[in-house]
Amino acid sequence: MNLKLKALTKSIWVFHAACSPCNNCDIEVLDLLTPRYDVERFGIILAGSVRHADALLVTGVPNYKTAQRIKKLYEQAPKPCFVIAVGSCACGRNMFRESYNSPCNLDEIIPVDIYISGCPPKPEAMIAGIVKLIKKVGSSKGY
Amino acid sequence: MKLVFNYLIFPGFLFSAVVGLISGWFDRKLTARIQWRRGPVWYQNFLDLIKLFSKEIIIPTEAKFTFFISPFVGVCASVIVATMLGRVLVNPSESFIGDLIVLVYLLVIPAIAFILGASSSGNPLASVGASREMKLILGYELPFILSILTIIIKTGSIKLEAILNHQIVYGSHIASFSGIVAFLVAFLCAQAKLGFVPFDISEAEQEIMAGTLIEYSGPLLALFKLTKAILLYIMPIFLIVLFIGKDTSLKFLFLKYIGLITLIILLKNTNPRLKIEQAIKFFWGPVSFLAAVSVILALLGW
Repeated sequence: MNLKLKALTKSIWVFHAACSPCNNCDIEVLDLLTPRYDVERFGIILAGSVRHADALLVTGVPNYKTAQRIKKLYEQAPKPCFVIAVGSCACGRNMFRESYNSPCNLDEIIPVDIYISGCPPKPEAMIAGIVKLIKKVGSSKGY
Repeated sequence: MKLVFNYLIFPGFLFSAVVGLISGWFDRKLTARIQWRRGPVWYQNFLDLIKLFSKEIIIPTEAKFTFFISPFVGVCASVIVATMLGRVLVNPSESFIGDLIVLVYLLVIPAIAFILGASSSGNPLASVGASREMKLILGYELPFILSILTIIIKTGSIKLEAILNHQIVYGSHIASFSGIVAFLVAFLCAQAKLGFVPFDISEAEQEIMAGTLIEYSGPLLALFKLTKAILLYIMPIFLIVLFIGKDTSLKFLFLKYIGLITLIILLKNTNPRLKIEQAIKFFWGPVSFLAAVSVILALLGW
């Protein structure tokens, strides 16, 4: 693992991109960032601006309105940028699959690097997911 | 040759950046311990910088030319301050007449670089941040310069060497009445200059996202982070030279630096963010009053 890759995986600044969620996943994401789980140990910080972000934590089902927004948001983030789909909705639209206002899955709009399922996923599950992401990025040559 | 070495390596760029980044880690670690967590590893800030340097730069279509140069302006100004302070501490005879005035000027430039970069980025939230930063500068510059005036009155010189020598002969300025009042004022102003919590109004993450830094990405953001890191190194050193410069041997310098930085971090962690009008009221009201008191005390010879 070279230095650039190590630096990238050891300091992931996340941007919380709410894509019309029901708020449960967002509450769990906030729980993840509290002192109890202390993800700053691994260099993970919540970034205020998407220009600073290395990973987008996307929650919720894309609907006609937010689908365009999430695409724009991904284009605004400086690359390399990972996309983490948090919760069953972002992974595969859950029970809103047949819904009238939901055009497509999240991964049909932007490339998703890791899926964390659960409704909502526990903070432990998110940490496990991020560890998997780091392993995946560390072993790949693409980034 | 020696000058290049001074500016680029020893008291200048490389040294101040490394010390600043490690102090930044100290800040994060202490904050983490206060919040009862473990905190990041000691090289976390270096990793952040390497990561930012390896990322893409995005320049908004509405951005002006100053968007690109202002991070360099900030870093250069803070490196010059670090070099001047370091050279005076290593060898006081390197000081020249009026270098205190030059330092006071140069210490404003990083903040101006933030304003310049933010206002040329074309983002409305960045311009909110820039206007807040501007108001904050107007607020803290008056008491800051008054507290430095106290030191000038006490020593009768605008040369750093004379200030250090005066303290070696007559004891630290902080040990006198006017000195301690002026120190308190300068300490609060340093907190505002560093952009730490009671006065981090221009970058308030929860309300205007990242404020002045909102459009910056990749290496340009890294340069701004570096400017902040170097400022975290030079502000306490500046306060030490002005107020507690009796013994500037390496051991005492280190202890004083750690002590001051701990005070700054504790103030940061135990205070909520002020609103901009509260901050200006605070600086133009009680703090300016204290600064004026310290000037009067210094004139009376206390």
